Amino acid sequence: MARKQSVRVKVNGKERQAEVEPRLLLVHFIREVLELTGTHIGCDTSHCGACTVLLNGKTVKSCTLFAVQADGGEILTVEGLIKDGQLHPLQEGFKEEHGLQCGFCTPGMLLSSYSLLQHNPNPSEQDIRWGISGNLCRCTGYQNIVRAVQFAAGKLAQKPAPEMTTQGAAK
Amino acid sequence: MIHKTSPEIGGMGHSIKRKEDLRFVQGKGNYVDDVHLPGMVYGQLVRSPYAHARLKSVNVEAAKKLPGVLAVITGEDLAKANLAWMPTLSYDKQMVLATGKVLFQSQEVAFVVAEDRYTAADAAELVEVEYEELPVLVDPHKALDPGAPLLREDREQKDNHIFHWEVGDRQATDQIFQKAEVKAKVNAFFPRCHPAPLETCGCVADFNRATGKLTIYMTSQAPHAHRTVFALVGGLPEQNIRVISPDIGGGFGNKVPVYPGYVCAIVASLTLGVPVKWIETRSENLQSTGFARDYHMTAEIASDKSGKMQALRVKTLADHGAFNAAAQPTKFPAGLFSICTGSYDFPNAFCEVDGVYTNKAPGGIAYRCSFRVTEAAYLIERVVDVLALELKMDPAELRRKNFIPAAKFPYKAPLGWTYDSGDYEAAMKLALDKIGYPQLRQEQAEKRKKGELMGIGISSFTEIVGAGPAHTFDILGIKMFDSAEIRIHPTGKAICRMGTKSQGQGHETTYAQIVAQELGIPAADVSVEEGDTDTAPYGLGTYASRSTPVSGAATAIAARKIRDKAKKIAAHLLECNENDLEWEPGKFYVKGAPSKAKTIQEIAFAAYTNMPAGMEPGLEAVDYYDPPNLTFPFGTYICVVDIDKGTGEVKVRRFLAVDDCGNIINPMIVEGQIHGGLTEGLAIAFMQQIDYDESGNVQGGSFMDYLLPTAVETPHWETGKTCTPSPHHPFGAKGVGESPNVGSPAAFVNAVVDALAHLGVKHIDMPIAPWKVWKVLQEKGVVS
Repeated sequence: MARKQSVRVKVNGKERQAEVEPRLLLVHFIREVLELTGTHIGCDTSHCGACTVLLNGKTVKSCTLFAVQADGGEILTVEGLIKDGQLHPLQEGFKEEHGLQCGFCTPGMLLSSYSLLQHNPNPSEQDIRWGISGNLCRCTGYQNIVRAVQFAAGKLAQKPAPEMTTQGAAK
Repeated sequence: MIHKTSPEIGGMGHSIKRKEDLRFVQGKGNYVDDVHLPGMVYGQLVRSPYAHARLKSVNVEAAKKLPGVLAVITGEDLAKANLAWMPTLSYDKQMVLATGKVLFQSQEVAFVVAEDRYTAADAAELVEVEYEELPVLVDPHKALDPGAPLLREDREQKDNHIFHWEVGDRQATDQIFQKAEVKAKVNAFFPRCHPAPLETCGCVADFNRATGKLTIYMTSQAPHAHRTVFALVGGLPEQNIRVISPDIGGGFGNKVPVYPGYVCAIVASLTLGVPVKWIETRSENLQSTGFARDYHMTAEIASDKSGKMQALRVKTLADHGAFNAAAQPTKFPAGLFSICTGSYDFPNAFCEVDGVYTNKAPGGIAYRCSFRVTEAAYLIERVVDVLALELKMDPAELRRKNFIPAAKFPYKAPLGWTYDSGDYEAAMKLALDKIGYPQLRQEQAEKRKKGELMGIGISSFTEIVGAGPAHTFDILGIKMFDSAEIRIHPTGKAICRMGTKSQGQGHETTYAQIVAQELGIPAADVSVEEGDTDTAPYGLGTYASRSTPVSGAATAIAARKIRDKAKKIAAHLLECNENDLEWEPGKFYVKGAPSKAKTIQEIAFAAYTNMPAGMEPGLEAVDYYDPPNLTFPFGTYICVVDIDKGTGEVKVRRFLAVDDCGNIINPMIVEGQIHGGLTEGLAIAFMQQIDYDESGNVQGGSFMDYLLPTAVETPHWETGKTCTPSPHHPFGAKGVGESPNVGSPAAFVNAVVDALAHLGVKHIDMPIAPWKVWKVLQEKGVVS
């Protein structure tokens, strides 16, 4: 076993630190070391996107990075979307528009949609379909996920200052 | 007619938002891999790289020496406990860990247990297995050749034949074919595919040495049946086994069988006395767990010149892989494939199926399908289109001419089923109107003149779901009833538990709506629990669209039992005779004096505080429901495609699904299920296959090669509905989750063939990848 490395990250606004094997995948670090199990694993070839999180403001498939590569970074996971007990408009949208069934892809979908809306607050249906094309869903056929993202975009547009979280939102 | 409750009550027909979503959108679901127990260790399977080989030796010494490794289990170790083999759901047996030889690539050979996942994976690499390759049998058509390698040396029967099954009148059917004016025939292969739910299979087995209790958290669509299997196979007392099926990340039939990984984790936990987690990778999931379909089918229709169908003849070769692990009712080796007469009024039919072994992964599971209904619906809807070509008749017109008339229900089909209800013409009419069928045909004719390729595909399928009546249906002897238990709390809130298990279907919402409908307790006040065998009543689980037809029926009946008792309590409270009371959802009132009423909540409180003298306290009921018949959902799907002549790429321009699933509990959820099933059908029609090369190497064993559609490939789905309630179901429902996956493949393929029919194309096998169409266009000289 290789010598353990220290990894320090800011996850959902909280500083966390742990000693890990250099080969530990970021997704296992998040799920098993940080005990944030909302981030899921659906494949072993980086196709499904169930493990999508934001690292320093960009979506990453956390199964395709080592934990040590995230050292010093800021991570946003699905658990960080809720603010002061209020669901994020995307979370609300997925619920309102029936954008999920088994729920397994949902955390990754939420993070990819979150990133999409940050860069494109008023996306077309095609923009949304491309924006979530790195995330596979086996249940919904995507149509209601598109509507869920549109719901959130509409709701965010009504607010003067979109209540997007700032951590992980750097350029 | 279903009485529509108020939105506050939220009974049947209300699109209430799903209760389960609140935890899922926050990442607070609890899937098997989220289960973490103190002292838990990890298992990893060692798998065979060969499709057919003798096991010369399995050397585990190096693996055992790796720090952190706790145990390495081999087939020989299991054999000592008589666990090297386990029964399948089809009265065959399957190796848990290989002894003697391996029969498919990725077969389970050893199980390594270590303190963490990474060490377990390292140790699996250190297990040295020596193989001696044997001749490989991949082509099922060669399975019965005299020189074919014998795969199952363990069987008394020394060939690769599993079963022959036939139904119908062979002689009468053959006679009609001899004299038929018109005959149509298609050889259609339904390729091997895989449900691939986004969550793979896995478990945590936790044997507590102090109490003797074994708790198994597992991805199970049928937790009760699995508990019984573990008790019978493992010899453990059933009361000491608790199966907990937590949140399930999609199932689609993949999570019905018992897989070797579960058994190994259980054995390891029994041996080590600590919880053992086993979670398969996606590649392991695709390469070793229950595949579906793999039916090589031939269908022929005899008709007269006017297009009136006279007989159907079907012959099928079924590739079951190395072990017959098909998940289906015991008496039906080819499942419910004999629904292949579909929506049509055939006077005669004959159907035969032969199952064979090959060096492929075992299975034959009902992938979003009620036991081979998908194969049957695809076949009949394909051959009807071939007949339309023979007759030069419009495929919609040919269907209409041969539909079982609405007046003929209940309808006795020539292959034995009694269809409960249907109005096929109404569903098709709605579909044709909604999509603008005549205009599309006109556009197609114009496009053809310009050399453009456009196709319209129709599929008017009939399903058979909701197994099933106990007199005919069982799995390993256990009758296919299902159950519901409802308890009303003193404050008028309720908890329900069922023998089924949601994998995304929204049971926590829809069962609550049934209770709301029957008792008038708001759905918001009803919690639903499934999947814990220590608390839920016994049932056979969720697959084959059986939850609403069977457990849903049990829920309604249990609620009605409660209502009967509530009426007696109401009469006591209102000091009147029971017979003077009327019910409306939520309260009993005195006939002619509606102000004299007691709400269900008041009655519930009285059941614990002020019951009539001599009455048993409490307000609860359980029902084990044995359905009198199956249900027969149906619909008409229409697909419009445009084909790129340069690349062969098929673009689905429009897809309309008109479904009739009887009375609907939650329209939002039904529509969501249809979207999802259509997307899986799209994948099967155009993208997916688990294929094997001549050496038995699996092709399509990861998401690199087994393609799932993304949001970009998936078209916008259009839906519509007609409503023909089931006459025998307590609230007239039929089940819907599988219809779109059953009905859509034929619509896609029919559309592609329709686009190419003027070139003489009658059939193209799925998956219709661009290269296949491009090849046809080359052959027909459309492109050079």
